[in-house]
Amino acid sequence: MAPPVSAPASTSNPEAFLQIQDVVKDFNGFKAVNQVSLDIAKGEIFALLGSSGCGKSTLLRLLAGFETPTSGRIVLDGLDLAGLPPYQRPMNMMFQSYALFPHLTVWKNIAFGLEREGLPKAHIADRVEALLKLVQLGAYAQRKPHQLSGGQQQRVALARSLAKQPQLLLLDEPLGALDKKLREETQIELVNIIEQVGVTCVMVTHDQEEAMTMASRIAIMSEGRLLQVGAPGEVYETPNSRFVADFIGNVNLMDGTLDVDADDHCIIGSVDCRHRVGHGITGTQGMAVTVALRPEKISLTREQPAGDFNQVPGTVQELSYFGSHTVFHLKLASGAALKVSMANTERQRHDATWGDRVWASWSDSAHVVLTQ
Amino acid sequence: MSRDVPALSGRHLVIAVPFVFLLVFFLAPFFIVGKISVSEMDGIAFKDVLSFQDGGVHLAFRFANYLTLAQDALYLNTYVTSLRYALATTLLCLLIGYPFAYFMARARRTLQPALLMGVMLPFWTSFLLRVYAWRSLLTEGGWVADAVVGSGLDQVLLALGLIATPGQLMHTPFSLVLGMTYTYLPFMILPLYGNLSKLDGRLLEAAADLGATPWAAFWRVTVPLSKAGIVAGSMLVFIPCVGEYVIPELLGGPETLMIGRVLWDEFFSNNDWPMASSVAVVMVLLVIVPLALFNKAQAEAAEAGR
Repeated sequence: MAPPVSAPASTSNPEAFLQIQDVVKDFNGFKAVNQVSLDIAKGEIFALLGSSGCGKSTLLRLLAGFETPTSGRIVLDGLDLAGLPPYQRPMNMMFQSYALFPHLTVWKNIAFGLEREGLPKAHIADRVEALLKLVQLGAYAQRKPHQLSGGQQQRVALARSLAKQPQLLLLDEPLGALDKKLREETQIELVNIIEQVGVTCVMVTHDQEEAMTMASRIAIMSEGRLLQVGAPGEVYETPNSRFVADFIGNVNLMDGTLDVDADDHCIIGSVDCRHRVGHGITGTQGMAVTVALRPEKISLTREQPAGDFNQVPGTVQELSYFGSHTVFHLKLASGAALKVSMANTERQRHDATWGDRVWASWSDSAHVVLTQ
Repeated sequence: MSRDVPALSGRHLVIAVPFVFLLVFFLAPFFIVGKISVSEMDGIAFKDVLSFQDGGVHLAFRFANYLTLAQDALYLNTYVTSLRYALATTLLCLLIGYPFAYFMARARRTLQPALLMGVMLPFWTSFLLRVYAWRSLLTEGGWVADAVVGSGLDQVLLALGLIATPGQLMHTPFSLVLGMTYTYLPFMILPLYGNLSKLDGRLLEAAADLGATPWAAFWRVTVPLSKAGIVAGSMLVFIPCVGEYVIPELLGGPETLMIGRVLWDEFFSNNDWPMASSVAVVMVLLVIVPLALFNKAQAEAAEAGR
């Protein structure tokens, strides 16, 4: 039985709220976005995650209409967006570092989009007041953007992008300009506001914590392609490739060969140890596979654990204390490194220290076997 | 010893240089001109304002010149004419210069130095030569005159009151404003370009995202944000145009008498230095008022955080 791996959908679901179909963006021979297909449901908070230059921002700009796809289609709620300029698209964007109008007050910034629609003044005033209340900036209505803190500017940007009640909200690195502490607080607040408004949301971020905290689904992008799409837990626990396993969180990757493949288990041999995996994989005997092991799924003991599988001796080479957990870097017999993360559940725990010989072991459900 | 002391005095020195310069070469001469304007002529010299007579101090201010300025329609009309032509020139420069600077700032980065060079190229030839060249271009038989008359555009200029007789382009308001616009256009373009090239393109994307057409985004975002450039360029054109002497002399006509010419006449034809000085003082005040407005606008722009 194969582990549940969610591959990027190649065919589009006509029911989906936002359909991105085989979209390619070619910049003079460089494919920034390469054959991307994606369906996003109404009300979803969807995160495009990848390192800089992976094409995630270009994909967002294609949605907003600042770039035109070289080929492919983007359909929002049955409306093909091809040929629609940004100012006619029923979506709004919260820009990276906000792009607030410096010459306009907070009030005027939020009202900007509504005024372009030529709505009655009273209606605009009501809407702006409601938004100021939503983002708790009522007292700052007459300030200019430069008179606000980073967190306040971020909330003005959010209010401005929600003012026209867009069908789709685009967030470009929404918290990238905030410092770490404020970012963590704002993540929850931002999700609360988005859910309160009920808008479908596509966000772009390079910060995996941000993506995992905020999004209901994540797409991992690299070199213009979607590598994996799924819920945060799904992507973390069952990555479908070495790249995704390595990109999301910390991981130990061990190359090995498939020795035994039975219905209920398989055995994989690697240089330093033999793995017993508690499920079968669809593979042929002798094929090369990669075993991915998350550091927090490994435990350390001084004595050799019982059994023949899923254990390896090593020497503690490096030890990083993070407060809530400690990461041990073991050197294995082959010279390979193994990262082990131990939660510091008690004060003053001393499992091991530099130079100690220890045994690392893990259960038969800890692995992910990667065939690509 | 504290390191602050030399740093502080160094900073003071840097600030002091322009201040001392302005004091010596602007404020002091201006006071002298002001003094002359209220002095009485005594033959070919003028009497001291401050004098010691009979053991007492005498102050003799003569405001008759200013009274004449206010009462004689010639001076009033000339001031109005100067302001009108300066304003017309400023508006024309803005009208031509803004799109020019806008597309220059939007041009490819590699192309921009060449375009900038193009704007400054006229400075490589003497200003006098370039203005003089317009005379031959605009007199009958000149390329421009032939083209304008040949295409019937002179009828339009006639209808607008910019020329008096068809076919006669030189020595008219038209030739004057043309010459001043031509001369001062770079002074409008350069500050505008400096301002517009700093405009954050993402603000225009944000405007488009919020439903602003490119036209609306231009008026709501680009123009307000380039206000400082518009003000700077307008002042750089307006202020020297008010007191312009050479261009009206070379290209203007009888009905384009400007204050610079009056000043010249008072100084060198009438030899009435006190009168000439009064004319100059009023002209400087006329120029200082817009300058003060400009500084206020600059302060506001700084307040707006840009």
